[in-house]
Amino acid sequence: MRVAIFPTCLGDAMFPRAPIATVRLLERLGVEVAFPSAQTCCGQMHLNTGYADDGLDLAATLVDAFAGYDHVVGPSGSCVGSVRHQSADIARRRGRAAFADDLDDLAGRTHELSEFLVDVLDVVDVGAFFPHRVTYHATCHSVRMLGVGDRPTRLLDAVRGLRREPLAASDECCGFGGTFALKNADVSSAMGSDKARHVVNTGAEVLVAGDASCLLHVGGILSRQQAGIRIMHLAEVLASTEDEPALVATP
Amino acid sequence: MTASGRHPGTIGAGEGALHHPDVDFPHAAATALADSQLRANLGHATATIRDKRAAVVAEHPHWHGLRAAGAGIKDDVLARLDVHLEELERQLQAGGATVHWAADATEANTIITELVRATGATEVVKVKSMTTQEVGLNEALAAAGIAAWETDLAELIVQLGDDAPSHILVPAIHRNRAEVRQVFLDHMASAGIAAPADLSDDPAELAAAARTHLRDKFLSAKVAVSGANFAVAETGTLAVVESEGNGRMCLTLPDTLISLVGIEKVVPTWRDLEVFLQTLPRSSTGERMNPYTSFWNGVHPGDGPQDVHVVLLDNGRTDVLADTVARQTLRCIRCSACLNVCPVYERTGGHAYGSVYPGPIGAVLTPQLRGIDTPLDKSLPFASSLCGACEEACPVAIEIPDLLVHLRTKIADEAPRYDLQKAAFKAMKAVLGDPDRLARAERGTAVARRVLSRSGRVAGLPVLPSWTTTRDVPDLPERSFRAWWAARADVDGVDGDAGPCAPGEGS
Ligand code: SF4
Repeated sequence: MRVAIFPTCLGDAMFPRAPIATVRLLERLGVEVAFPSAQTCCGQMHLNTGYADDGLDLAATLVDAFAGYDHVVGPSGSCVGSVRHQSADIARRRGRAAFADDLDDLAGRTHELSEFLVDVLDVVDVGAFFPHRVTYHATCHSVRMLGVGDRPTRLLDAVRGLRREPLAASDECCGFGGTFALKNADVSSAMGSDKARHVVNTGAEVLVAGDASCLLHVGGILSRQQAGIRIMHLAEVLASTEDEPALVATP
Repeated sequence: MTASGRHPGTIGAGEGALHHPDVDFPHAAATALADSQLRANLGHATATIRDKRAAVVAEHPHWHGLRAAGAGIKDDVLARLDVHLEELERQLQAGGATVHWAADATEANTIITELVRATGATEVVKVKSMTTQEVGLNEALAAAGIAAWETDLAELIVQLGDDAPSHILVPAIHRNRAEVRQVFLDHMASAGIAAPADLSDDPAELAAAARTHLRDKFLSAKVAVSGANFAVAETGTLAVVESEGNGRMCLTLPDTLISLVGIEKVVPTWRDLEVFLQTLPRSSTGERMNPYTSFWNGVHPGDGPQDVHVVLLDNGRTDVLADTVARQTLRCIRCSACLNVCPVYERTGGHAYGSVYPGPIGAVLTPQLRGIDTPLDKSLPFASSLCGACEEACPVAIEIPDLLVHLRTKIADEAPRYDLQKAAFKAMKAVLGDPDRLARAERGTAVARRVLSRSGRVAGLPVLPSWTTTRDVPDLPERSFRAWWAARADVDGVDGDAGPCAPGEGS
């Protein structure tokens, strides 16, 4: 089984904790992980802003990099969603049919982390230890594009020591939405503030999600409010063990 | 002018609307966001309908099947729209109705104004209809000296208050009952029977005042104007789905009935209604069944309106039809479920969309019907975080996020090369598209971190004010994933490029 990590450009540059934790977790579960370094970005931000050809050119770096791998694992519902449910359709609309077929092929091999663990590796208890109160935000694309369902919460609930506090309106958008956060900054902030309020109301120490982008957005608001709540990617929590615990310091 | 010879700008924002085509969505939204009463009214109202809808959808054993069937029926209709419309026209005429075709809003308004004039009436009663709002019929009739009275309770509130509708189904959703009481007290008298002087804000009292006011209109009106939720081609039957019974009054009491119907409302057979009469009420009001469903075809001597007209409206719909990607927009049955679940709509309300069609469906439909020319219409496809809640709720499975991206692509394609954002995304692509440049940029990030972090948390950056006004910028990482991997590979003595399991090395 040839498995490649897809850290995503955002995870690579801005939130490396998530892909690093993904590698450690998968290796702990006996999976050999490769990082084909020709990959850069899935092109989602370009595609979603209307720059279809530029976005597809970026997605092409993934097609090349992941050729020959059985499984591609990304710790991001959003980027995996773009690969699986968006790029091939757009490629067809731009008249790039052969490339669209390549993207379809890649889509069939690409998994979001919780899907890979539960569906491919068939594990729910990954042997993690994380003695903290957490709450889980179900990111839009993981829920509605990929349909990860309760996979992430089943994984979390199997973590020893972890107490999960229910989050009100947990699958409502945090207001990030890529360029939406900049183009419609006021509406985005209103959505993010409501999300942050729900998070604070849980009393959790840690906000967990499967997308670095949403975490950085809500985390930015929580940090501005000095809310004292840390953000962590699902992969970081699952990578934490008694021997190598993830540190929960000040946010 | 568009290909169909239509002047853009024919979709109104409703009577009394303050919208201006030069005010884009973000600016209009800022005004709405600052109105705490509006936020409270909207938050409460959308949450209530959302929960009701969720419950009656969840209990239905075949919801996914119904949704797929609804989408399928509409797609089949749209693929052969001409054939179904001709059949509808034949059957309507056979039943004694007169059929008119209107290419755009102006034509529709002219036809209807002339029809009313011919009766000699100076007043008409109206059944709630999005299509008549779309063409600005009330304003056109008023210009011809004809008063058009809305008879749906919420439309009445909007009309009396000289306000603009902000929701497809609940046009006065932005008003609470105290505000409604004030509107009735201030404005009912000048429009007909006055509200009682001691009117309270008790919903039952408010409804009773409206009933007294409206009954007088129903009994005196000679002409009614309606839309239609569905038009059944095989029998030439129109259908209106409603909750208050005002529709049935309008459809049965007057001598003349004029219905303005979008060409996408046609369904081939009565059997098709089986699907929509289940999905529409559950999606719109969160009821298993709506209280009043009225059907009529043609003229029946001595029973109901004796002069029946149907105006079939294009107004940009054939342009939408011609775009094979966006065509599914025309599946819409105007249930408004997408508005109620939309986190953007919930916070801004409908007025910011500057159209009688607000919310997610408005963000895709309005620019297509009106043309993507003004700052407002160019901003509408971006008025979404693409969270997908609308598509999930839509009873005809319209892929709204996908259509928003499609429209964004049209806008980007048409933008000049010197467009700032276009240039910025090109520059970004140059870095993101090349692993070596990306790695260099990431090393630059690490340097920036050392500089910035001396001042601690990155709270304000002059280059990103729209982010940092409300949100901290994340702490920049010490090193990128790429750098971590390379360093680890060096230590492990494996090929840093492909890792321990490069393709071709076996595993
Ligand atoms: S787009 Fe779908 S959910 Fe929205 S109003 Fe139309 S039918 Fe209803």
